[in-house]
Amino acid sequence: MNIHTAPLNGTLVGHGDVHDETHAEAGKTPLGFWIYLMSDCILFASIFAGFAVVRGNLAGGPNGRELFELNYVAIETALLLISSLTYGLAMISVGQNQLKAVYGWLALTFLLGLGFIGMEINEFTKLIAEGAGPGRSAFLSGFFTLVGTHGLHVTAGLIWMGVMFAHLARRGLTEINQTRLLLLSLFWHFLDIIWIGVFSIVYLMGAA
Amino acid sequence: MNAPVQHPPHDDAGASHGTAKSYLIGFALALILTVIPFGLVMAHVLPAASIIPVVVGLGLVQIVVHLVFFLHMNTSSGQLWNNAAFVFTLVIVGILVLGSLWIMYHLNMNMMPGMMPSD
Repeated sequence: MNIHTAPLNGTLVGHGDVHDETHAEAGKTPLGFWIYLMSDCILFASIFAGFAVVRGNLAGGPNGRELFELNYVAIETALLLISSLTYGLAMISVGQNQLKAVYGWLALTFLLGLGFIGMEINEFTKLIAEGAGPGRSAFLSGFFTLVGTHGLHVTAGLIWMGVMFAHLARRGLTEINQTRLLLLSLFWHFLDIIWIGVFSIVYLMGAA
Repeated sequence: MNAPVQHPPHDDAGASHGTAKSYLIGFALALILTVIPFGLVMAHVLPAASIIPVVVGLGLVQIVVHLVFFLHMNTSSGQLWNNAAFVFTLVIVGILVLGSLWIMYHLNMNMMPGMMPSD
């Protein structure tokens, strides 16, 4: 009874939502996505390891203490942490089948994520303008690679969230849309966990 | 194309969604675990050598808080494979990060005397 047709709109969900038997299969989709997240974890671990190896190699350039403004990073951290909470509240609204509340929490999450990315782009622009771009030293190459990769992931999460608004507007809280929202929640919370590593190892250890 | 079929929501479509209370508890814990290391570093009350282990330790605790309260990891049998994949990933990450640091530290020691990064 497998209706494994082309996944809808190229998303990750491969199970049909037509048959009751497929219901049990919906339980496997989060596991598959979880395994993707674990592989992403290894990607970040490689970049973290690379950064940790080169973080002292300044080539006469500026170090973290001179470059980083911890007040600024604290606000970025707060935006991402609050967005994790608002996404959690969106998932509770999903469980209660309250589409309007889902829109509200998701919109708030989107804005917080957008604020985070805006601040990060601003930070990068400033650093490059000061002559502390990725080409300045091994330390800064590692910094831009690590923080930039996290930023790209957050951007991908924002695009996905935008797509979810379209899905929800078209079909509402169908089972498949609920699964998508669940996977996006895993992705979003995962990115907040990576950010803990970034602010601890890059910013706090750099400025300590 | 799959036909768009309206279904009533199911609670068991995936992992549990948690409650508002559990999210708020997780958020409060995460906030505390974020504020302490930021405060310590920004106040410059301690030398770097003693702040860094605290920052790393609190970061690890905060990761566990996020995993439990936001990603709803637990030891139930339904999460057996999630947890198996997670433990496997931890092993790989450990080898990758500790191995890289260990090897590169010794390369620095052996090949560039006097040029060790001053961490």
